[in-house]
Amino acid sequence: MAVLDAFDPARARDRNWIERVPPAYWVLGLLLLVMPAFAGDFVLYQIMGWTFLLGMIALSLMFLAGYGGMVSLAQMSFAGLAGYLVAIFGDSAITAISQGWPWWITIPLSLALTVLAATGVGWLAVRTEGIYTIMITLAIAAAFFYFTRQNYDLFNGFQGFNTILPPHLFGVDWRAPVPFYYLALFWAVAAYAAVLYLSRAPFGLALQGVRDNPRRMAALGYNVTAHRVAAYAFAGLIAGIGGILLTWQSSQISPGTIGIGPAIDVLVVAVIGGLRHPIGAFLGAFIFVLLKTFAVDVLISLGLSGERFQLLIGLCFLAIVFFSPDGLLGLWDRLRERGLRDPLTGRAKDDR
Amino acid sequence: MTAETGLALELRGVSKRFGALAALSDIELRVRPGERRAVLGSNGAGKTTLFNCITGDFPPSSGAIRFFGEDVTSFPAQERIRRGLRRTYQISLLFTGLSVLDNVYLACRGVSRGRFSFRRPRASDALMQTAEELVTTVHLQEVRNTRVSDLSYGQQRQLEIAMALSGAPRFILFDEPAAGLSPTERRELIAILTGLPGHVGYIIIEHDMDVALRVSERVTMMHNGRIFKEGKPAEIEDDPEVQALYLGGAAHG
Repeated sequence: MAVLDAFDPARARDRNWIERVPPAYWVLGLLLLVMPAFAGDFVLYQIMGWTFLLGMIALSLMFLAGYGGMVSLAQMSFAGLAGYLVAIFGDSAITAISQGWPWWITIPLSLALTVLAATGVGWLAVRTEGIYTIMITLAIAAAFFYFTRQNYDLFNGFQGFNTILPPHLFGVDWRAPVPFYYLALFWAVAAYAAVLYLSRAPFGLALQGVRDNPRRMAALGYNVTAHRVAAYAFAGLIAGIGGILLTWQSSQISPGTIGIGPAIDVLVVAVIGGLRHPIGAFLGAFIFVLLKTFAVDVLISLGLSGERFQLLIGLCFLAIVFFSPDGLLGLWDRLRERGLRDPLTGRAKDDR
Repeated sequence: MTAETGLALELRGVSKRFGALAALSDIELRVRPGERRAVLGSNGAGKTTLFNCITGDFPPSSGAIRFFGEDVTSFPAQERIRRGLRRTYQISLLFTGLSVLDNVYLACRGVSRGRFSFRRPRASDALMQTAEELVTTVHLQEVRNTRVSDLSYGQQRQLEIAMALSGAPRFILFDEPAAGLSPTERRELIAILTGLPGHVGYIIIEHDMDVALRVSERVTMMHNGRIFKEGKPAEIEDDPEVQALYLGGAAHG
């Protein structure tokens, strides 16, 4: 993926932004755009739709962990909070709690409150480092899970909310497979582009500087805490958008969505994809969704009972992490590097 | 306390204690603007501690430090950086996950206004241009888009110098910049140091007498946390006391 990272200001000066997009992106983009022409509803809605949304939530973690060096297990909680807020402020089958406000209040308000919550969690979490950040965000995720399960006044307890539907904007049923596919694709691409853009903006560069050496960044005159907290806020926004879409996709939200299992799934997705580049989050999500969806069928076709499908998923993750600590991206990088090496001397072919 | 005017750096009675250990005792140091000074001394003589006191990485136990006439003794490190004081570190404190250019860009941006920006710099951005120029100054233009973790040790030391040069420095502290460099890299380092603009003064800590005497106008000798000799490179080299203590035994070890 080094080709995606490469940013050469001297070369970029002569070209506009369209020419700067690598060819691989054009192929992938075209493929994703015309996919509804040949893919079935199941693939569009379940496989691709879920990939985009889970990818966005994993992307929010990739941004924090890859650029900021902060591993947060609370990203699924932010996604779930946004979903819950949409259900509480907007419409659902639980009319006793849902306020039924119009979407143009509900959605911005939910996202704003989610960002606020993420900022608060970030403000707490940035006081810690490494394993303690993981612990504190895990504690927050667990607390939120049990709170939603036991609180019936606001979160409707164990059952949560159902029949949470996207607004019928422009007369389109956004939950129909093809419109939802494009809706999820649009936001996934937007989030991806935003992360990529920010990673090269002064804020993103400074965040990476903070990751590598916070003391020196402070000595250079940067506010380390402010950069870290702002990263949490931005990651919370991405997770929140993903969470709202995820809630619309399944049309329900309940404590099961935000439990410890799903929280760790997000980490697994980000790690198997690779934390070095934002595309890793979506790669990881794609593999994860494929495994979750087809592991049972694979086992049954092998003459085994489908109950052990989690075992197959676990083995696949083990294999990926074992062969490449950098996830799929690292695997790709190493294969590419090997392809560029001279098989006899072992030296790089295009020695720049 | 009367301040001598027209000095870049003035230390008066600076001491630093770590518990019972006196790392620095009663240091008096005066450096003119644009002056190039070498600080020599064996291990544990207090050279790096002296730098840490000057930069504010940790404050002295007693004494006063003036930077261009201003008393900076109680200032935090970043305030001193804003006033044009820079340093390099013995151990690498670079941003290893970023490219060479980005490292220098961050250093340039740190001393400028608007550090907290979400907008990407354009290629014509003034700071980006400055960063490019600095990268060229230290002969790293070939590897400017290479990740720092992929650089050789010598290149990392050169980058360390480029970062110290960012944002119009008035005075730089070089902490053993030649340590671990190959002979070729040493020659390049000497060329970089002697090629610095005339108004930029520096203090260089260096074990290698050859490098130290070639890039400095005056030499300060330290021993056991005290300054015991100061003079021109030739005087220091010929001084019998210095030879006995430093050049004779441990110097080239």
